[in-house]
Amino acid sequence: MKTSRFAISRLRDVPSALAPGRGVPAGAGSSDPYVLWRPAGPVAAGELHLLLLAGLAMAAFIVPVLLLYAYVVARYRDRPGHRAPTLPRWRKNAWLESLGFVLPALLLAVVAVPTVRLTYALAKVPTRPRPLVVDVTSLDWKWLFEYPAQGIATVNYVDIPADRPVLFELTANSPMNTFWVPRLGGMEYTMPGRVLPLWLEADRTGTFWGHSGQFSGLAFDAMFFDVRAVRPGAFRRWVAATRAHSPALTLAGYRSLLHAGLAPAERFAAFPARTFPAVRHGFTLRGGMYTTMRPASPAGHSAS
Amino acid sequence: MPGFAVFILHTLFPPDVLRPTEVGADVLIALSGGGIAYLLTTRRLWGRLWHGWITTVDHKRIGVMYLIAALVMLFRAGVDALMLRTDLALPGAHVIGAAQYNAVFTTHGTIMVFFMSMPFIFALMNAVVPLMIGARDVAFPRLNAMSLWLFVAGAMLLNVSFVVGGSPNAGWTAYAPLTELAFNPGPGQNFYFLALLIAGIGTTMTGVNFAVTILRMRAPGMTLLKMPMFVWSALATATLILFAFPPLTVALAMSLFDRLFGSSFFTMGHGGMAMMYVNLFWLFGHPEVYILVLPAFGVFSEVVATFSGKAVFGYRTMVLSIVAIMLLAYGTWVHHFFTMGAGPSVNVFFGLSTMLIAIPTGVKIFNWIFTMWGGHIRMTVAMLYQLAFIPTFVVGGATGVLLAAVPADYQLHNSYFLVAHFHNVLIGGTLFGLLSGLYYWWPKMFGRRLDERQGRVAFWLFFVGFWVTFAPQYLLGFMGMTRRMASYPLGLGWHPLNVVSTVGAFVMGAGFLALVYNIAHSLLHGEVDTTGDPWNGRTLEWALASPAPAYNFARIPVVRARDAFWHMKRDGRTLAALRREDLRDLPMARNSPVPFLMGTAFFVLGFGMVFAWWPIAALGGAGIAACLAASTAEPDDEAVLDSHTVAVIEAAAGRLEA
Amino acid sequence: MSAELAGEPRRRDDLPLELRDERESLRVTGVWLFLVTDILLFGSLFAGYAVLRTQVASGPTAASLFRLGPVMFETVALLTSSFTMGLAVQAMRAGNRRALVAWMAVTLVLGAVFVGSEARDFALFAARGDTWGRSAFLSAFDILVGTHGAHVTAGIVWALGILVRVGRRGLTPRTARKVYTFALYWHFLDIVWVFIFTVVYLLGKVG
Repeated sequence: MKTSRFAISRLRDVPSALAPGRGVPAGAGSSDPYVLWRPAGPVAAGELHLLLLAGLAMAAFIVPVLLLYAYVVARYRDRPGHRAPTLPRWRKNAWLESLGFVLPALLLAVVAVPTVRLTYALAKVPTRPRPLVVDVTSLDWKWLFEYPAQGIATVNYVDIPADRPVLFELTANSPMNTFWVPRLGGMEYTMPGRVLPLWLEADRTGTFWGHSGQFSGLAFDAMFFDVRAVRPGAFRRWVAATRAHSPALTLAGYRSLLHAGLAPAERFAAFPARTFPAVRHGFTLRGGMYTTMRPASPAGHSAS
Repeated sequence: MPGFAVFILHTLFPPDVLRPTEVGADVLIALSGGGIAYLLTTRRLWGRLWHGWITTVDHKRIGVMYLIAALVMLFRAGVDALMLRTDLALPGAHVIGAAQYNAVFTTHGTIMVFFMSMPFIFALMNAVVPLMIGARDVAFPRLNAMSLWLFVAGAMLLNVSFVVGGSPNAGWTAYAPLTELAFNPGPGQNFYFLALLIAGIGTTMTGVNFAVTILRMRAPGMTLLKMPMFVWSALATATLILFAFPPLTVALAMSLFDRLFGSSFFTMGHGGMAMMYVNLFWLFGHPEVYILVLPAFGVFSEVVATFSGKAVFGYRTMVLSIVAIMLLAYGTWVHHFFTMGAGPSVNVFFGLSTMLIAIPTGVKIFNWIFTMWGGHIRMTVAMLYQLAFIPTFVVGGATGVLLAAVPADYQLHNSYFLVAHFHNVLIGGTLFGLLSGLYYWWPKMFGRRLDERQGRVAFWLFFVGFWVTFAPQYLLGFMGMTRRMASYPLGLGWHPLNVVSTVGAFVMGAGFLALVYNIAHSLLHGEVDTTGDPWNGRTLEWALASPAPAYNFARIPVVRARDAFWHMKRDGRTLAALRREDLRDLPMARNSPVPFLMGTAFFVLGFGMVFAWWPIAALGGAGIAACLAASTAEPDDEAVLDSHTVAVIEAAAGRLEA
Repeated sequence: MSAELAGEPRRRDDLPLELRDERESLRVTGVWLFLVTDILLFGSLFAGYAVLRTQVASGPTAASLFRLGPVMFETVALLTSSFTMGLAVQAMRAGNRRALVAWMAVTLVLGAVFVGSEARDFALFAARGDTWGRSAFLSAFDILVGTHGAHVTAGIVWALGILVRVGRRGLTPRTARKVYTFALYWHFLDIVWVFIFTVVYLLGKVG
């Protein structure tokens, strides 16, 4: 199992810009930076295939149109000795104008049908194998992950078993962010007052970096986290080790996480109850600690 | 120093505002402002400034003032862009820190959308729409001036945030709860809300004004289906403005009230729902981008027809497409937040509606190409922008379709792929369209031509610079780089393409300098347009002298066909040979100081509200009330220009039959 | 030779007074388009209310907050004022300046009564601490009903100015246009109130 090289300096109460030379997320070890072309799970693979299909369909439109266009410009360019016949009164042709509507519509249908199919497919969280549930809370400039079934919590990294769907339940106790692990699949918003589901799955072991995709303030660019996909056995052992040896996240510890600032990657053997909302549907939530957010000190916000 | 004076100074000049770049800018602003004031005083031009420009209600002069504002704002927001790109080419070097970076990308986006593109569009609309339809002015000349001065008040308010109080820093979209007081203390963000609220009132007035003008003031015989394409675009734009700006007003007001008055619309507690802001904002935001692009489409239709020597191909389907785009624009807004948990059915609906709107756009592309087919394409600078627009916009639109494929958007949302896409369509569409229109109508506005060779230099710098800047950003999107990041770690492989992109940005900056040189050269030494028809144009504005006289048409022509002026020339019967007995006394709207005073009062109101200094805000409010009372009381807002004076003006332009 | 030239536009005398002058006629069209933007404004406020009306946090719900008595009173006042404004315009059509002024004055009094009653309700809520800091529902309610009330108040001020103008200059196309466009605005506010009454108050009490 790769150890994470993801280490951010401990800056708890004073938000500041990234210190130069801070660590790189571990998942960036590979030489190929094109993470979207290297899906590591079925969700990302499905999304990539749709993207490629749409890209091909658009190329099928763009290439002929631009060729036609280049031809027209070259042929009808006004030059001395211009010999192409002119058609000064040619201004309509019902057939061509209708084709102008029909052809793009057909190409779009090629894109539309798989889009509809995949959108509905992705909205269904798979039930077998039973997904692992991870409760994600985005905070000001760190991520808190709670495993309700296992009773443990982590900050800024998650271990998940490979080949098993993971249901991330997303919320925020901060301005909006999005939870995004490019190699595993697309993103979903984290918003205070709502819980949104996002399921992802890794079909291989490895470490994949994630980042927030929605600007959330001063140290937004620091919101990297790692997702480590490991064998089921290794995952069980990791959970057990965490429960046995790591400190618990106390309420005071949770409250200090709410303060604006960065945090190192950590794991906890337990977490306080009711830090994540209990009811999940629609706009009505009970529980969660949304109103205990304390604003950062004014001095912090004017640091440059 | 007394305590409250210290407090005021600290509020006006927080540390945010005292960085070297800001102080440097302050010095520049003070010097250039002082320089201009000095010039005006020594050459005794204050009187002419007041009577000829500040109190004018002439749409042509208002257009020129919008244009000046747009170019100044293009400079400001362009410098912002260069700062951003420099910072991104040197990550970790802290060229500008994160706090300043966030403020700079916010002002870059806000200014480019609201304070550069929109005034530039209004400049062109004001300059030519009344001329194209054979009208003497817009429907409500004084309201037109009010729109301008409200826009100026909003622009000044946003720009002054750089100097006092601190700039907004939550992006041009200003999502809640990031804009909530708890997460965004200080007055800076208030500037954003108030500047846009004030400018939005002006924009709405412009929408009403041009809709009424186009619907009711066309020359006799000019039915809707005989109007030039640019006028159709202007009508669609005006309609979109009427429908798009009210939701924005509500979204901004609710956010502002959350900050100023402690309400709970979008707050994290007390049941606030930030997603409501997102919906309201984008309900405005998507029609807004069509407001920005439809006028460019209109310009391109005019330019391609004139410089191919042919009428626009498929006029009726072009009109149909504009109307379709206008209607569909209002039904696609959720595509800005597919990943916000709306559910598959809602997402699919909006994904399909977004793809649907690509169809009328595709129709227009085909029709422009077929317009050129069989014509004689003259490669003027205006036409070069049209020629560059087609491939650029086609690619940009195609990437939009990729983003409309909902699950693909799940990966690409808010990445640099998105940034590349919207710059692609906004620069390739809107900016190229506006620059094309600038070169095309410059002679009509100023009576001189812009030098073609200098224009080509600027064009190539912009065109090449654009692709070098943004093509790498598509690739950065595939690398997983998210927008609005002030810095990034070096191990992700993002650095090289960021450097390339930055080089491109500086090439575009050079293009802007070339444009400025071109403009200055034209105003000082440019070739005079003696005929009023330098391009062998097809529409009515070219029937007048350049620049057009204050009253536009001494006599309004009867229109019998589309491309009215083309047919007039073909029949040998133009407006260049009026007889003395044809001339009449002309009623003209009088100048008025009220619009300018109203703008000032709004600025004072906005400034007071930003800092929650209620006495100042009340003063501004009282000023607004006084201006409203004054404007309803002005009984003599019209004066008559007698036919003799008209004859003198027409004769001086060589248009009176001897 | 010169192009075919348009003659001077002539307006028919059988048109209503405000449409006999081209400029005044344009202003009527302009006010219609302004009302389109106002429809969108209130529509957005209604949308906000629809979404936020269940977000009561620790504050009162719609059912517990609203008292239908004053609301019915305000409704009667405003609807009647719309009717009297209609009578005012009819008087204007008949050329009867005195009746016009009288009916408009009645309209304004009813409007002031409406605003006064609403202000009293808001003051009562504020005294109890039910302000918009308390919940999103209260925020949405306050801004929707408050915007409507502000529109009515602004309308009253505007109409007072019109009355002064009509008093001084009598019935001209210009003053007729002012009266007519004010009537459009006033009826529009009435329609919005019908929606508020139904969607906010009745549905709030019952739903």
